Parts: sequence; structure tokens; C-alpha cells
Amino acid sequence: MELDPLILSRIQFAFVVSFHAIFPVFTIGLASYIAVLEGLAFKTENPAWIKLSAFWTKVFAVVFGMGVVSGIVMSFQFGTNWSNFAQATANYLGPILSYEVVTAFFLEAAFLGVLLFGRDKVPAGLHLFAAIMVATGTFISSFWILSANSWMQTPAGFELREGVFHVTSWSEAIFNPSFPYRFLHMALASFLTGGFVVAGVSAWYLLLGREVEANRKALSMCLWLLLFIAPAQLVVGDFHGLNTLEHQPTKVAAMEGNWETSRNVPLLLFAIPDQENQRNLYEIGIPSLASMILTHEWDGEVPGLKDVPVEEQPPVAIVFWSFRVMVALGMLMIAFAVAGLFLRAGGRFARNTWFLQGLRFMSIAPFFAVLSGWFVTEVGRAPWLVYGIMSQAESVTPSLTGGMALFTLIGYIVVYAMVFSAGVYYLMRVLYVGLEDRHDEEDHEAERPARPLSAAHVPFEYGEEKRSTPANQGGH
Amino acid sequence: MELFDLPLIWAFIIGFGIIMYVLMDGFDLGVGILFPFAPNEEARDTMMNSVAPVWDGNETWLVLGGAGLLAAFPMVYTIFLPALYIGVFLLLAGLIFRGVAFEFRFKARTSRYLWNWAFAGGSTVASFAQGAVVGTYIQGFETANGVYVGGALDWLTPFTVLTGLGMLAGYALLGSTWLIMKTEGRLQAWAYKITLPLLAAVIIVFGIISVWTPFVDDLVRERWFSNLSVIWILPVLTLLCAFQIYRSVRDRYEGMPFVATMGLFITTYLGLVVSRWPYVVPPDYTLWEAASAYESQLFLLLGLLFVIPIVLVYTAWTYWVFRGKVRAGEGYH
Ligand code: HDD
Ligand code: HEM
Ligand code: HEM
Repeated sequence: MELDPLILSRIQFAFVVSFHAIFPVFTIGLASYIAVLEGLAFKTENPAWIKLSAFWTKVFAVVFGMGVVSGIVMSFQFGTNWSNFAQATANYLGPILSYEVVTAFFLEAAFLGVLLFGRDKVPAGLHLFAAIMVATGTFISSFWILSANSWMQTPAGFELREGVFHVTSWSEAIFNPSFPYRFLHMALASFLTGGFVVAGVSAWYLLLGREVEANRKALSMCLWLLLFIAPAQLVVGDFHGLNTLEHQPTKVAAMEGNWETSRNVPLLLFAIPDQENQRNLYEIGIPSLASMILTHEWDGEVPGLKDVPVEEQPPVAIVFWSFRVMVALGMLMIAFAVAGLFLRAGGRFARNTWFLQGLRFMSIAPFFAVLSGWFVTEVGRAPWLVYGIMSQAESVTPSLTGGMALFTLIGYIVVYAMVFSAGVYYLMRVLYVGLEDRHDEEDHEAERPARPLSAAHVPFEYGEEKRSTPANQGGH
Repeated sequence: MELFDLPLIWAFIIGFGIIMYVLMDGFDLGVGILFPFAPNEEARDTMMNSVAPVWDGNETWLVLGGAGLLAAFPMVYTIFLPALYIGVFLLLAGLIFRGVAFEFRFKARTSRYLWNWAFAGGSTVASFAQGAVVGTYIQGFETANGVYVGGALDWLTPFTVLTGLGMLAGYALLGSTWLIMKTEGRLQAWAYKITLPLLAAVIIVFGIISVWTPFVDDLVRERWFSNLSVIWILPVLTLLCAFQIYRSVRDRYEGMPFVATMGLFITTYLGLVVSRWPYVVPPDYTLWEAASAYESQLFLLLGLLFVIPIVLVYTAWTYWVFRGKVRAGEGYH
């Protein structure tokens, strides 16, 4: 069998970007949470806030470090596997991605070090300021990267000359039609991720009876936050979908599993899209509901997949099911947030074992929701890279052979598996050690600005946290 | 309304970024290359501590370079990366391993030897790959209509293997002279001891590369031998730097060997630049042909003019904070 560089490059891109995506989405939410904690600590001087902030800053450091390492790979993917695409779009994507790196660098340079290492070394106000700047920075960073991605979905503000995109209006290109929706949806997704992880970990500590006061405060705070943003995500998601209907009708048709353009289209709860025969198997749906959601009229017209030739349809099953996973998880999140409100009476939210166990499991839900959301967006755009203008097949590096692509695909999988299992394992150790004070470790941390992971003082292996030697004196 | 020759300005910015990267990440990669040969585990702790506070700031210049190339000279980005496809992967994998080794080695006890290998192996592979990139650049690329059309392993020739080894030796020299400056006692004595053999290796490999280069490429030959002129001042300066390293090591100066090694790198780099100027994708494309649109270059330049000074000040500040000798126990951890 001939190895197809296009398919392999797509798998590789999906793999490295999905891997990368789960870290920033968490750090963006967490950074804001830390800023809030720092603000509370500054105002009330309650040690519980400081304890929480110090703990979550440690977690932040580890996750941020992994985000940086996986991000470096991303910035070379366009050139190695999609060089025709890079060549054509460089006039727009080049400056935008550079601004992303520059923003990340600027913040890393100036404020991250102060946040991670400066608690006792700079005035409290400056420390708070650094926390706010880091949080702001993650949003500026995602502003640029999502603008780049949205431009590929709904290109605007450009002119094609000899196959190369030239920017005619920076503001139209940056604020392209799908960008505001995607940015809002992603921002809420980050808050949901941060919120559910903090809630889940706090719930776990509460189940174990550890640091009850601080963790109770944290959980209560998260539940208030989630109560507002989980439903908000549903609303923003709806608007996002309407925007997509306008600009990428085929993608919406795939999300709905709708083959024929028609009225009174049902909302399918279950179906197995059969792309070969252009139909669904085993449909179960609610009559006319899709029409209602998408057009706000029961007999509104919904576009069908058959409007475009078969070779311009995305892989329907992936889009259809990813969309359902995301929405189902979104609904589940709303359910938990509302349950939290009901359990408030008498403080049962911090005692009810079922609820706390449920929250524990919900801490991974946002990551699945985020990834499936991106699958909808990205797979639903196939076969286009720049929607309606440049296809994936035109974009791939001409000199790339299947063998080369396979080699690096396996290579990245192996490297990531090793590095990230170490990272995740270490993160688990940090969580296991928890918030409790540990006086046994001396703090030799001089002002050392640019070292994310080092902010966490937890030994790598199990059962060693009682040692008093600083790590770098061991082993000789 | 093209008021300025933006591609030229950008060539200076990227050129500056590259030499900044080579000098700064060079010495911490060099420390990684020397890692397995260190006298003992305590020395390794010190070695790692000596670069720990600065390495990832150093590495960000590479990311900036990658994104900057896409923005300012997309043709360079879209020809180099496909041509060096496998090499780029090795470079990134190497950098990932050594990056995480920095973080986890200090936290690990029983698995520490694994992170030692990750650090040394990652640094060595990444350095070799960078040398091979330079060799490939001298060698030139097979292109048609601005697109790379050569094979996957065209970059791997005896010449690029040699430049890869040259880079290994050069970085190791930067690493050893860095250690002379930053350490004392037994480790410093070891660093003094290995510096002269490393210098000899660098001179031999660089010498062979210099003699070989004109045969690899006609343009270079012409430039060096027909308009025999000021250009020869560069190799002379390089040799002076080498001599200075030798003398300062012999007389046990502490800072001078490192400074002279930087000088050696800078003059070699300038030699390479003048040999190839103004071709950025040899043998066919000049920097003006490889440039992106005027408005794109301008758009990014405005932001960078604001950020680069801040980055430089910050970099200087970091080095200032961590000035002085590093000792084993009192690491930054
Ligand atoms: C919504 C957020 C988001 C998304 C979709 C992406 N990134 Fe990202 N990226 C970030 C948000 C972010 C961040 C939060 O800003 C990071 C995490 C750690 C950091 O330094 O910044 C980051 C880091 C980061 C870095 C390292 C910067 C550094 O040196 O600190 C690079 C090179 C990239 N990203 C590049 C990419 C590319 C090429 C992407 C897509 C194809 C991408 N990112 C998707
Ligand atoms: C960070 C979250 C992201 C995730 C999880 C994600 C996920 C994916 C997935 C799953 C694919 C494969 C689609 C397929 O099979 O056809 C893909 C393709 C792609 N995405 Fe994204 N994406 C993300 C962000 C971005 C961003 C921000 C950009 C641009 C700046 C981008 C550019 C691309 C490109 C160039 C492809 C090409 C390959 C293809 O379409 O198959 N992606 N992405
Ligand atoms: C609750 C109901 C939700 C609805 C109706 C909804 C709707 C949508 C739609 C229509 C898209 C595709 C946009 C496009 O590319 O055209 C999308 C993408 C996405 N969704 Fe959701 N969503 C919901 C919940 C969630 C939740 C809970 C999360 C994560 C915590 C999430 C994360 C994402 C992400 C990361 C994307 C891809 C980026 C983007 O295009 O914005 N969504 N969503």
C-alpha cells in the first residue's frame, strides 16, 4: 500500500495540536483563577487564599511548562508538512503567529518569573500585578492564535495575487466573521476547564478531609463561577453555530447529519452517518428541533450535505459525533453547576459524597469537550484549509513522501508519550502532596525568572517527600 | 510608498537573532554535550545549575526566529523546513528532551541517570542538527518555482556531517569556556584541561570546512578568490580569536576564553554571511526575492521595535542577577 503523505500529515497535525491544545486551555483558565485568588489574598489577608494560590501556582507552572514545550513543535509544523500553505498565507499568518510568540515571550520574560518565584521577594502589590499580567497575557496569546485559526475558517481582508494572499485590511482580517464567536467560546471553555479542574481537585481533598477550610472555599467559589459560565457557554455556542451556518453551511449539515436541504429537520440524538450511500442509519431524533435551533422557526430550511459534491464533504461521522460529545458534556456541566446551587442549603455541597465523587470525574470532562469542539471545527472544515479557497491537498509540502511523514509521526508519538507521561506523573505527585505546609524543604530559589516547572518543589518519585536535602544535593 | 528597504532591515533583525541564538543557546547546549564527560555527579549538578536560569530564555530566540522567518522571509521558511524535514524533527526532539531534563533531573533521585542521558543526548543531537542546517545552507537547495523539489535526505552529505561535527566541537568549546568563567576548583580545572584539545578540534574541523566550502559552491569560490579584498580580514580575525583563547587559557584567565570564543563564532558567522550575501536560499534566491509583502513586514516590524529592546534589557538583567560563580550545593534549587 502506498503511504499517503497528506493523510499522515493530517494525522500528525491533529496529534501534535490536540496535545498542545489541552495545556493552554487549562493554563488560560487557571491563570485567571490565580489572579482572583491573589486579589482576594491581597484584600483580606486570609491565609487560606494564599495557600490556595501558592498551590495552584505550582500546578500552573508544570502545565505551563508542558504547553511551552509542545508549542515549540507547533511553530515548525506549517513549514515542514504544509509548506505550500505556509508560502501562500505567510503574509497574514506569519505576522499573526509572530505576535503570538512575542506576546508569550514578553509575558514569560517580565511577569511569569515574578509570579512563580517572587512571592517573598517583591511587594505584595507587585506580585498581584504580575498575576494579573500573566492572566492577561494568556488571553492576548489566544487572541492571536484564534484570529489565525478563524481567518482560515472565514477568510477576510485579503486579495489573492498569483496564488499568494495579500492583506488588504488588517482589521478585517484579524476580526474576521467567525473570530468574535470563536474567541468568546474558547475563553468560556478555558474558564470551564479551570473551574472544573479546581472543583474536582478540591472535591477530592474534601473527600479525604484534607485542608477542609481552604478547599471548601475554593469549591464554593468554583460552583458560583460555573453556575454562570456553563449556561453562558450554551448561549455562545448557539450563536457560534448560527455564524457557522452563515459562513460554512456544509459544516453545519455535517454537525446535524443532514443530507438533503429541507424544512422541519429533526434534531438527531443518535444516527450512524453512512457517507458512502449518503444517508444515515438508525436515526433517532426530535422532530423539527434542528430547524428551530438553527433558524428559530419550526419549518426553517436547513442546508444538506448533498448541496456540495461528495469530494467536498467533510468526514461526516467524526463531525457529527464530536459535536454530540461536546454538547452532551456541556449539558452535564450545566447539570452539575445547578446541582451545586441546590446543595448549597446547609453547605451540603461540600459534604455530599455523591456530588463530590461526581465532580472528581468531571474534572476531565472539559478536556474532552474542548478536543471534540476542535474536532468539529477542524474536521468540519475539510477538505479546505483556507475555507473555500485552498484545499488540504494543495497545501501539503510537495517534496514530502509518505515514508518521511510516517517517520516523524511515529517519532512525535514516541517523544510525546515519554515526555508527557513523565509530566503528567509529576503533576499527579504535586496534586497528591497537596496544599499542606511542608517546612522540610529549604527554599534556595533565588530570583530565577524563566523556569516554569521549578516553581513546584515536589520530588519526582513517590515516598520521598520527607527528605530534607534539597534535590540537587542528592545522588552523589 | 515603500519608504524603506524593509527586506534589508529584516535581514539584519533575523541575522542578529540568529547570532544571538547561536551564542547564547550555544554555550548551554555545549554544557550538555560535555555532560557525560564531567568528572563526577557533583560537577554535573554545578554544570546544570550554571545554565539553568538562562537556558529557556536563550531558546526563545529560536522560536522567535522560526516565526520571524515565516513572517518576513516565507520562502526561507518553506524551503528550509521541507528540505531539512528529518533534521528538524531531530532538532525538536533533542530540544524537548533536554528541556524537560532541566526540570525533572533536579526533582529525580533514583531515575536521575535517565535525565542525565536525556540532557546530554538531547543537547548533542540538537547541536549536530544545527550544524547540518548550516552545512545545507552552504550547499544550497534544489528548487523549482520557489518550492523545494529535492529528496528527504539530500541534506545529509559528508559535507553536512562535517559541519554538524564542527558545530558540536564549537558548542562544546563555548560550553567549556563558559564553565571556566562560571565555576571554580576541580570543575574549573577540568574545564581548563579540555579547552585546548577542543580548540584544536574546532580549528581542524573549521579549517577543513573552509577549504572544502569553495569546492561545494562556485559563488563562494569566486567571492573569496577573485575579488581578493577586505574579506580576508575575517579569517584573520578568527585566527586571532583562536590564538587569544589559547593564550588566555595558558595564563589561566577566567573571562577571556569565553569572550574570545564568542569572537571566534562571530567572525566565522560574518565570514559565512559575506560569502553568501545576498542569497538566503542558495543558489537561486536573494533576500529580496524571498521576502513577504511590504505591508506584512511593516506590520510586524512596528511591534518588534517595541518588544526587542525590552527583551534585550530583560536578558541583560537575568544575566546580571545570576552573575558570579556557581557552586554545587547552593544551586538555584
Ligand atoms: C487558545 C489558546 C491557544 C491555541 C489554540 C494555541 N496556543 Fe500556542 N500557546 C498558548 C495558547 C494557544 C498559550 C497559553 O499562550 C501558550 C501556552 C504556554 C505559553 O507560553 O503560551 C502557548 C504556547 C505556544 C508556543 C510557545 C511560546 C513560548 O515560547 O512561550 C508556541 C510556539 C505556540 N504556542 C504556537 C501555537 C500554534 C502554532 C498553535 C496552533 C496551530 C497554537 N499555539 C495553538
Ligand atoms: C488548539 C486547538 C486545535 C485543535 C485541537 C485542532 C485540531 C485539529 C484537527 C483534529 C485537525 C485534523 C483535521 C482533519 O483530520 O482533517 C486539524 C487540522 C488543522 N488545523 Fe487545527 N486544531 C487546533 C487549532 C488550530 C489552530 C489555532 C490552527 C492555525 C493557526 C490550526 C490549523 C490547522 C491546520 C493547518 C490543519 C491542517 C491539517 C488538516 O486540516 O487536516 N489548528 N486541527
Ligand atoms: C453546551 C452547548 C454547546 C454548544 C451548543 C456548542 C457549540 C459549538 C459549535 C457550533 C462549534 C463549532 C463552531 C465552528 O467551527 O463552526 C463549537 C466549537 C467548539 N466548542 Fe462548543 N458548544 C457547546 C459546549 C462546549 C463546551 C462545554 C466546551 C468546552 C468546555 C466547548 C468547546 C468548544 C471548542 C474548544 C470548540 C472549537 C473552537 C471554536 O470553534 O470555538 N463547547 N461549539
